[in-house]
Amino acid sequence: MCRPSHYTVAYEINPWMSLRRKPNRTRAALQWDHLYRTLTRTLGVRVRLVPPRAGVPDLVFTANAGLVHGRTVVRSNFRFSQRQREEPIMERFFRAARFRVVTLNRRYGFEGEGDALWAGSTLVFGFRYRSDAGAHEELARILKARVLPVELADTRFYHLDTCFAPLDARTGVWFPKAFDRYGRRVLEHLMPDLIAVTEADAKRFVCNAIPVPAPAGAKDGPGGRVVVQAGLSKALARRIERRRFALYPVDLSEFLKAGGSAKCLVLRLG
Amino acid sequence: MASEIVQVGGHIIDSLILPKVLDEIMDLNGTFEILEITIGKRKTDPSHARLRVHAGSQRKLDQILKRLARLGALPIQLRDVRLVAALKHGVFPPAFYSTTNLPTEIRFRGRWRKVEGIEMDCGIIVHPTTGHARCLPVASIHKGDWVVCGTDGIKVTPLERARQSEVFQFMGSAVSSEKPKAQLISRLAGEMRALRRAGRKILVVAGPAVIHTGSGPYLERLIRSGFVHVLFAGNGFATHDIESSLYGTSLGVYLDRGTPAKDGHDHHMRAINTIRNLGGIRQAVRRGVLKRGVMHACVAHGVPFILGGSIRDDGPLPDVFTDTLEAQAAMRRQLPDVAMALMIATTLHAIATGNMLPATVKTVCVDINPAVVTKLADRGTFQGIGIVSDSESFLRELTRALRL
Repeated sequence: MCRPSHYTVAYEINPWMSLRRKPNRTRAALQWDHLYRTLTRTLGVRVRLVPPRAGVPDLVFTANAGLVHGRTVVRSNFRFSQRQREEPIMERFFRAARFRVVTLNRRYGFEGEGDALWAGSTLVFGFRYRSDAGAHEELARILKARVLPVELADTRFYHLDTCFAPLDARTGVWFPKAFDRYGRRVLEHLMPDLIAVTEADAKRFVCNAIPVPAPAGAKDGPGGRVVVQAGLSKALARRIERRRFALYPVDLSEFLKAGGSAKCLVLRLG
Repeated sequence: MASEIVQVGGHIIDSLILPKVLDEIMDLNGTFEILEITIGKRKTDPSHARLRVHAGSQRKLDQILKRLARLGALPIQLRDVRLVAALKHGVFPPAFYSTTNLPTEIRFRGRWRKVEGIEMDCGIIVHPTTGHARCLPVASIHKGDWVVCGTDGIKVTPLERARQSEVFQFMGSAVSSEKPKAQLISRLAGEMRALRRAGRKILVVAGPAVIHTGSGPYLERLIRSGFVHVLFAGNGFATHDIESSLYGTSLGVYLDRGTPAKDGHDHHMRAINTIRNLGGIRQAVRRGVLKRGVMHACVAHGVPFILGGSIRDDGPLPDVFTDTLEAQAAMRRQLPDVAMALMIATTLHAIATGNMLPATVKTVCVDINPAVVTKLADRGTFQGIGIVSDSESFLRELTRALRL
């Protein structure tokens, strides 16, 4: 994760960002702290921090920095120049943490975990707005895994992790309208138990959730724990909990102003 | 019709990318042809597909390609042509690209450009600043010309099959003497009328047998009615035509009676001598010596004729090109805008002309010997269709079908 010391909205590169609606930095810091404490103290997750850097406000959204698989990191090729400044910073961090850094062909856009999520042993790869379909072949070769590209169809859900969250190998939360009919068929085929969310929930970024596997003998959520944006509808909460997942809502409203929520703020390292 | 080959790879089956690519092409009114497909055996193996995308126009194709690029299906040909400067006059660089007679485009500075004057067995030279590409025979190359080498960035478009049954549907039918000719000839006549209306040029390549068989007057009528715009022939054809105009014989045989004339064997030499004395065919017509015949009709109606010489020629007539390279160049100058070539009773001139024609020119080869048409096709003029017929009966039928 990366502390939001320099977090702000300095440019508009997605429909959520508006220079007239700047986030409150104090409130953002408190909200981020709450997420950090939930993960480290409540859920016992080990978190490594990337030092924040002035002038690179979106560095807090570490999920977009790359995709980690074992000791290999596939580094992102950001589409927008404003975010390309994050590439060398994250690459230095990965190298210092002794990861093998792989970069894709520069002609393909690729935005890390923002557009690539593991559903069991298959990687689901969202393309169109930020990542390019052509990158999936190279990803499959590097990861030696099946990579299924699905096209995104709604600019508001410009990253795959804004409209789809695999909770485990069979269960996932998604907003079907963010995909075209081919993408919907691929995901329905891949995941037997998909929870469709309403548009209101999707706009609250509930799909931008962090699944944390439950330790053996966990009582709260034997299926797993899910850290999610606060304010999700009761109906959805019930549907997730019925599948034995424990919900940990965290209010991250200041980060919604930049088009991100819980999942965007973390990158899974192992 | 524009087309492009695209390639797509990866897990394109499970992710429905391939069906989506095909659907997208059809949604945008394009068509496709799957050239190659390999499907991964295990779940993690990638699959690959190579397809040719066709669209009604270049604009439509670009639209499809843009959409396909988003799905990761990219054109294979992304590289420009490789250009090498010719080191000597009349010599291509060693790795030069040898052309076909099919419509060809080259990719130069990221743009496809049509090669002008396409002809088989030549090279392509490109103007380095304007990107203008044209086809040139080896003898016409100058030192320093930029010649296309290798096969990168070259796109050759195969001929389309005719969609409508009327237009040259008989094209591509095998040569046979056992085919009804009346139908063929009446369709040919229809095609010639359409070309004349459209202002396109019709080329006739004729051999001396046209005169020997007494079908000269029919050809003359075609010329006078504006169905012939260029004539290619040899010394023999012109000589016998002039002989028949001056003496009424061809190789000493009366064309109206079919009997040999007394001392007729020297008529053709006397004809050549007369024309040589006057300085040429045009002069003979102007002086009123030559009053009828095919050559007279050409001069009178301003139809350009190119007479190519050979080693067995008598004379020859002053209008005959005795330098073969000059003859080739003169023939090439007449070829732009030619839409149909009618080759009647000639083997060598038919092959010589066939070599220079782009495959888009409708080519009809009429000969009494089926081997001539086969030979023409074997030399690369595959678009030619054959009519096995005596030239006299063919031309008689054709003039009747054209109501001349």
